[in-house]
Amino acid sequence: MNVNEFNLHLWLIPVLPFLGFLVNGLFGRHYSNRTVAAVGLLFPGASLAWALVIVARVFAGGAATVLPHTEAIGTWFRVGSFVVPYAFFLDQLSLVMMLVVTGVGFIIHVYSVGYMAHEGGYYRFFSYLNLFMFFMLTLVLANNYLLMFVGWEGVGLASYLLIGFFFLRNAAASAGKKAFITNRVGDFGFLIALFLLIKHFGSVEFSTVFSKVSGLPAEAAAGTLTAIGLLMLVGACGKSAQLPLYVWLPDAMEGPTPVSALIHAATMVTAGVYMVARSNPIFDRAPLALTAVAIVGALTAIFAATIGLVQNDIKRVLAYSTISQLGYMFLACGVMAYSAGIFHLVTHAFFKGLLFLAAGSVIHALGGEQDMRNMGGLRTKIPWTFWTMTAATFAIAGFFPFAGFFSKDEILWRVWSSPGRGSGILWAVGVFTAFLTSFYMFRLWFLTFFNEYRGGNGAGGGHAQPARAAGEPQDAFLEVEAPTIYHGLLAREFLRRRGTVLDMKKQEPVFTYFVRLPRSEAETFAQWLQHETKNAAWSRVREAVQAPEPHHEPHESPKVMLVPLVLLAILSVVGGWIGWPSALGGSNHFDKFLAPVVEVSVEAPPAAKAHGIAEPERTPGHGEESTEVLFSAISVGAAGLGLFLAWLCYVKYRELPERMSLAVHGFYTTLLNKYYVDEGYQALFIKPIVEGSTFLLWRAIDVGVIDGTVNGAAADARAASRAVRRMQSGNLRSYAGWIITGAVLMLAYMIWLGVH
Amino acid sequence: MVPLSYYLVLSALLFAIGVAGFLVKRNIITIFMCIELMLNGVNLAFVAFANQYNLIEGNVFVFFVMVVAAAEAAVGLAIIISVFRTRETLNVDQVNLLKL
Repeated sequence: MNVNEFNLHLWLIPVLPFLGFLVNGLFGRHYSNRTVAAVGLLFPGASLAWALVIVARVFAGGAATVLPHTEAIGTWFRVGSFVVPYAFFLDQLSLVMMLVVTGVGFIIHVYSVGYMAHEGGYYRFFSYLNLFMFFMLTLVLANNYLLMFVGWEGVGLASYLLIGFFFLRNAAASAGKKAFITNRVGDFGFLIALFLLIKHFGSVEFSTVFSKVSGLPAEAAAGTLTAIGLLMLVGACGKSAQLPLYVWLPDAMEGPTPVSALIHAATMVTAGVYMVARSNPIFDRAPLALTAVAIVGALTAIFAATIGLVQNDIKRVLAYSTISQLGYMFLACGVMAYSAGIFHLVTHAFFKGLLFLAAGSVIHALGGEQDMRNMGGLRTKIPWTFWTMTAATFAIAGFFPFAGFFSKDEILWRVWSSPGRGSGILWAVGVFTAFLTSFYMFRLWFLTFFNEYRGGNGAGGGHAQPARAAGEPQDAFLEVEAPTIYHGLLAREFLRRRGTVLDMKKQEPVFTYFVRLPRSEAETFAQWLQHETKNAAWSRVREAVQAPEPHHEPHESPKVMLVPLVLLAILSVVGGWIGWPSALGGSNHFDKFLAPVVEVSVEAPPAAKAHGIAEPERTPGHGEESTEVLFSAISVGAAGLGLFLAWLCYVKYRELPERMSLAVHGFYTTLLNKYYVDEGYQALFIKPIVEGSTFLLWRAIDVGVIDGTVNGAAADARAASRAVRRMQSGNLRSYAGWIITGAVLMLAYMIWLGVH
Repeated sequence: MVPLSYYLVLSALLFAIGVAGFLVKRNIITIFMCIELMLNGVNLAFVAFANQYNLIEGNVFVFFVMVVAAAEAAVGLAIIISVFRTRETLNVDQVNLLKL
């Protein structure tokens, strides 16, 4: 460890956003929106800047010589010989993750400044976002599994808070709970894996565990490493929304759109992929677990892609596409192509972040509309959003030379050339999913931006889906958060005097008053505020009520939202070039960069490991460069076919989708209802638990046994007291009588004792 | 020399009269005097035994009892006076507020 001569102050990276969380969380209530935004951007921005400084210093020192680099801050706890340090760890993998999280995260923070401007709870939003950054950076920079687990749970918490951000809406609140609980199921697996690691290796530090693991041979049959790997997979399935634990992610779209972009596309959901890639020495030696990873990934990819085909909510399409793309990453990890998985993770962060932000911009432009059947023709109305979204769509579909092409192609090629059995099938699933991806993404693109604007016409198109649940808050009403309960009460007084008592909600758990009033009342309310209180905290409310009426015509978003879109669009185009494959005349820098972390071979003797790269599986049996070019052509062809079919269905012959859905009506309904998985879970797990809890645990055991015992004891004492309380009559002579009776009895007893 | 049993019988009679009076009488003053009677019955038994066995402890106990009785008389009479002031009666059957 070279802490003294080469100190990167890694701890700054996570701690800076945490400071932002504290400042905004504790004092943001009293700040104006501008101050909140400044604080909320400053700290993640500083974190990003420091990350860039670190990268510069690492490359100046030569990445291969400087990394891996550990910086210990102290000991967390010590139990006998088992020590867990507070230490941060930087190697090629965590460096990439750190850049993605700080970079994409910061861009999305900037976007949120514009997107959230008209929502209540501005400070709350930014403090949660910063909190999320803190936990995610802890997760990727931790040097041991336990600290990683802290970040792991923390992002779950931040995710819960942000999904349920509009917590007055029931759907948002329950989506938050669903995400949290589903993640707990996965975390259970991770936790058991942690215990197994501690039991077998006596440590949770990556370096110690991996050096011990590297001495072990690959497990032909199931063994400890396989168990650890499978349990980690369970954890990763929860966090990264893989089958069967993906159900929380589509519902998570209830959160504000920047949250969907940041957490549910770009960063948090990639934690599972990161964990699998990080634990590659374990997975390399557990072929069974690896196969499971690959199969879960492939199944999830195609499963989610088919659901994505028929969804009408723009954000839900993107949600299923996220799940599907995460499946690709798992597939890559499952064939030991960890660097390809991480590469896809990076490019996916760019284009999926962009897709969500652009979708947010569309929703913003339409005043909260999320149903694609009510969109259309927006190409000319919001040109910036259109062009950036186009870049992202081509990127995710995998067209050359957009970012998605390189990463997806790399994955498919590595899957095909992997030595295991069934690699052909996995590859075919991957290619078919690529086709589906292209189709539903271009469906979204055509429905949103082409043809004529269908807003206000009710549900058009051929899809017979009931109207969507309430979207983001409507603009007919104004909802502002009172700075204090006192001010909330003042506002209620105003509403009462106006005789238009509409709504005055008190949100108990956070002691926040929400004043909800029709826009027509806003002007009077603002004047009254001016008159009634000079409190600076109300300035935010005044800003909100004096904001212009929302446009009902589609309008382009403000610059603060467009700049992030453009930045991400550029990244979506050029971001893949760092991994330009050698078959196409590049040199795949990305793969080479990550090689020291992920390419340690199982069979290699210790001597070869010392040299760093050992690559038996890099030269697969049927892997010629010309073949690789052919395969690239096949995957681009699949994407092109998707584009063509989407054009046929949604531009050329627009009655076609309806006819098709009628032709395969059963299958269509199944897809529309997401394979009835939620209903299945409801019947299989939730209902038995709820009913078991209600009838057995609550009514029988809690009410019957526990309350019964306590209440029974009380009732007995009461009955006994009722019997003896007659003695206390208030009559002095009767008391004397009792005393004498007692004395006589005692005397009699003593005499009886003396006799015997 | 009067035999010990005479004293003891007298003592028991005094105590029994005290008990009976305590139970039967309604006037607080009378009840109070009955308590004194019981105490003195016990005192008589103490001195009789002390004299019989030539032990000083019996006499010491009697003094204790007398001191306590004096203190009790002081407090008790004060209570009786204040009871009479508030309730204008000394009938214990009418002083029965303290009950369930």
